Amino acid sequence: MSLAVHTPYTVPAGFMDALQVTILVLAAVGATAVVLIRRPVHQVLALSGYGMLLAVLFLAVQAPDVTLSELTVGAVALPVVLLLTLAKVRKGEE
Amino acid sequence: MTAAQRRWVFLAAAAGLAAFYLWGLLGLPGFGRYPGPYGFVILRLAVRQTSATGIVSAVNFDYRGFDTLGEEFILFAAAAGTGIVLRRLRGERERPAVDEAADRDVPPTSGAVRMAALACTGPVVVMGWWLTSHAQANPSGGFQGGVVVATAFILVYLSGEFIVFKRFSPVHLTDAVEAVGAGGFAAIGVAAVAMGLAYLTNYLPKGQVAGAVSSSGTIALISFFVGLEVAAAFILIAGELLEQTLLIRRGS
Repeated sequence: MSLAVHTPYTVPAGFMDALQVTILVLAAVGATAVVLIRRPVHQVLALSGYGMLLAVLFLAVQAPDVTLSELTVGAVALPVVLLLTLAKVRKGEE
Repeated sequence: MTAAQRRWVFLAAAAGLAAFYLWGLLGLPGFGRYPGPYGFVILRLAVRQTSATGIVSAVNFDYRGFDTLGEEFILFAAAAGTGIVLRRLRGERERPAVDEAADRDVPPTSGAVRMAALACTGPVVVMGWWLTSHAQANPSGGFQGGVVVATAFILVYLSGEFIVFKRFSPVHLTDAVEAVGAGGFAAIGVAAVAMGLAYLTNYLPKGQVAGAVSSSGTIALISFFVGLEVAAAFILIAGELLEQTLLIRRGS
């Protein structure tokens, strides 16, 4: 059974493939960057950007509900929690 | 065991893992191929059965509502755990946030950040509420909406002081809201049992227009309670962490 439905918003399949491949590559680059960056604050910012990339990826594979969750949790809530923890830890070192 | 032996054990184990991993990958259905019948069945029946055009919400809050209840209580337990672990310990003193500013070498919040955060707060609350109340219409829902509403409170903190954040979200109030959210979801299910139906059966009228705000019976109601619980849980967690960072210092 095929799920292909043609609506006014349907984009050419080739375009969708290119988009998905591009975002998958970007997500791989982002994940590697998060691992390789050593300074914690920069790492959190990279993680936030990576969360954003994942959100776009989920949108591109037709999961808008997961996009919303990833956007709020991965790009905002998790970095906020991590930044607060970093602030606390750094204060303890002083 | 010598270093060389350890390396061989590692290489053997890694090779085995790689082989099984590749074997598993080769057995996966192709990218974007969906093999099971369940999704197609749901797609055909969901709008007729639940009157919700947001099929994801119909699945989350109705077809597998019990599973979502468990997920919601994971967040509830996480917030409670954060509160317990980060409570004020004996020997810790709280200092007002004003004191703290003197020995922090961070610059004061810039006007640009304040204005941007302030300007975003209202729209963010509206968006969170819209997401929470439209679970039955589109792929939004209480979880996403709740987190967005909680973000508005973090914006309040960014645009002002910690004290303002606390005034907007006193702990006893957020605690109560979180409990009502978590309990409300469970109570909707228990009400079904009291009527002699299965737990979390969708027993409310489904409405005339599929996907309207007033449609889909318990789905919309559960989404509302999930929104309450998620927003309150995230505000509690953020508040506890802010309190740890800004107020509590090690006792003398």
